[in-house]
Amino acid sequence: MSFDSLGLPASTPNSGRIATQSHGRRGRTERPARSSDAGFSWSRMLVITRNELRQLIKSKDYWIPLVALGSLFFVFIPGFLMLIITKSANTAVVQQASQALSVLPDAAVAKIRGTTPQGRTAYALAVYLFAPVACVVPLTISTAVGAASLVGERERGTGEFLAHSPASAREIYTGKLIASLVPGYLTTLVGFALYSLMVNVFVGPSAGGWFFPTIEWLVMMFWVIPGFLLLTLSLVLRLSARVRSTAAAQQASGLITLPVIGISYAQASGTLLGGSQYSGLIVGAVVWTIATISIIRGVRSVTRNRLLGVAQ
Amino acid sequence: MIKMTATGSDIRRMAKRAKSTIEQGGAELGHGSAVSMCGVTHAFSGKQALDGLDIEVPYGRVTVLLGPNGAGKTTAFRAITGALEPDEGQVESLGFDPVSQGSSLRRRCGVVSAKPALYDRLTGRDNLLFAAELHGMGRRIDARLNEVAGRFGILDALESMVGGYSTGMKTRLALARAVLHHPELVLFDEPTSGLDPESAQAVLALIRDMTVDGSTVVMCTHLLSEAEGLADHIVMMEAGRAVIAGSPESLTERFWPNPVVELEAEDPRILDRIASWDVVISYERSGMVARIEMADLNELPDLVTSLVRDGARLGRIDPQRPTLEDLYFMIRRNEIPERSGVGSADSAIRGLAPVGHNRSHHFDSAETSPIASIDSVVPSHGSTITGDAAGSLNK
Repeated sequence: MSFDSLGLPASTPNSGRIATQSHGRRGRTERPARSSDAGFSWSRMLVITRNELRQLIKSKDYWIPLVALGSLFFVFIPGFLMLIITKSANTAVVQQASQALSVLPDAAVAKIRGTTPQGRTAYALAVYLFAPVACVVPLTISTAVGAASLVGERERGTGEFLAHSPASAREIYTGKLIASLVPGYLTTLVGFALYSLMVNVFVGPSAGGWFFPTIEWLVMMFWVIPGFLLLTLSLVLRLSARVRSTAAAQQASGLITLPVIGISYAQASGTLLGGSQYSGLIVGAVVWTIATISIIRGVRSVTRNRLLGVAQ
Repeated sequence: MIKMTATGSDIRRMAKRAKSTIEQGGAELGHGSAVSMCGVTHAFSGKQALDGLDIEVPYGRVTVLLGPNGAGKTTAFRAITGALEPDEGQVESLGFDPVSQGSSLRRRCGVVSAKPALYDRLTGRDNLLFAAELHGMGRRIDARLNEVAGRFGILDALESMVGGYSTGMKTRLALARAVLHHPELVLFDEPTSGLDPESAQAVLALIRDMTVDGSTVVMCTHLLSEAEGLADHIVMMEAGRAVIAGSPESLTERFWPNPVVELEAEDPRILDRIASWDVVISYERSGMVARIEMADLNELPDLVTSLVRDGARLGRIDPQRPTLEDLYFMIRRNEIPERSGVGSADSAIRGLAPVGHNRSHHFDSAETSPIASIDSVVPSHGSTITGDAAGSLNK
């Protein structure tokens, strides 16, 4: 059965250049102008992103541990500890915890709200300890997704398909970058929404009402964390394009992203530049700049040779 | 064993015919080429994968790249679509430069690689949808997806995860994905690799179907049986170079210019007398079976009549038609040691000159042949007689 008998159009996207041949077969394409087609197709990039996310959604064994990790750090651990602190009658424990918070910068200490020691301690833990720790989760999730993305294509053999596809290296890189960013940033948004609800319910009554997210945390969530995610991913994808196995990519990613995670934690906890919203804006701007440069340079790491696994 | 070789005048006649065939071979590409590779080289870590490869792929035909593992077939494939940038040389596919116009070119190409290269965690439909979207077909193409899946016999499995597919189903899905966007150029890299014989036959039939509407097909394989009956144009590769190219008919005419007949007689010694007959170019006998190369098959009835008149009781008369496998090994013997270029008249003459000798070598099943290096091929050494050939004899 031929395509024609199936009622399919005989022409392809360049049907305007198809010429009929005398032997009755489909005509050949006339030679096109020698212009380069190095343009960037957003639609193709989004197709790659969508395909990545579709795979992720259908891989329960992959996302269930990540959801568990997020739940643990955004909900269960802080919820359990804050419940203990706010309901604790043991003042010695609360005193000890509040003394530990003396390491915070003065500006941060000045912002701690609460009418009781338990309330002040819970507030400080909610804003300066548990939330910064939770920031590590989206970075970890994105790193895990990103590390497997390019080397995974090669390992599964699907890199060959991509190499023969119309997608350019830039589209593939950017598509993968966004696909790795989405689960991490979605975790940030959903995680902090749940976290906000929880800490406001548990700590709010003793801290003078709903307090989270603070203005600094809003800057953190919408400006600083996305920057850190992009910076991390730009590095991780470069690694993923170069290494030979997913395991190697994940190990190397852990090492490379550790300093980034450290810096993001320092900013979130207020240790870096005092933790004000202005310092957040400055740190965010610096991180976004570095991330942009890193992404531009990272595009070069994706080559068709690497997708095929024949790079030297 | 008795061996007789052709005379000097016979050799000159054969050489003249070979030259003529080469000229015709050039003409058959005269309509322009879907793919043109000229002096293409590519090395991996110093190892030369392509070494001055010259290929012309005619439009609307099935071109088969034949060669042993490591001949550079897959690398050539990758260079055709621009997936791999050659170190040197020029490639033009469908009139595009695969390097600078790769995206435009690849939109018009469908590729089935040796491994199906499918996303196991996705359903068959998702895999097809991804390919369709990459080729700019949009998302609302359910009818087309069902149509292609139906054609390749995987419609019922389309909603299942590809990870659960059998090898045959994966290959079919990869084939469906490759033709989904109506490619002008379809490339198959070892398409029946890992398939059972039934599935392999079905896949080859589907490939044959693809050319009906005029798509240009390039297939690479080291399985000669795959190419048999499928190839309109053959490019034989060795060590990153095209050793020879042409249609099976032109190659047959060039390397197997004279008909060969096998005769078996009750008293085989009677057969030996035909060695000196004018119509016989070469003669050899091994045991009961004599193989003769004739100038003209029309002379066979007279030859048989004469033998019978002389008292021969013939048990079998088999005109031989060369299979692709026969051709392949004949060409490898004649061309590869010479390291000659594609279509070299001189090489053809060198290849044809010792025909009698080569034939006798070819027919001697006790000898080791250079095919030992070819994977998965058991040489028949001319023992394959096609049904057509046998049928024509019976008539």
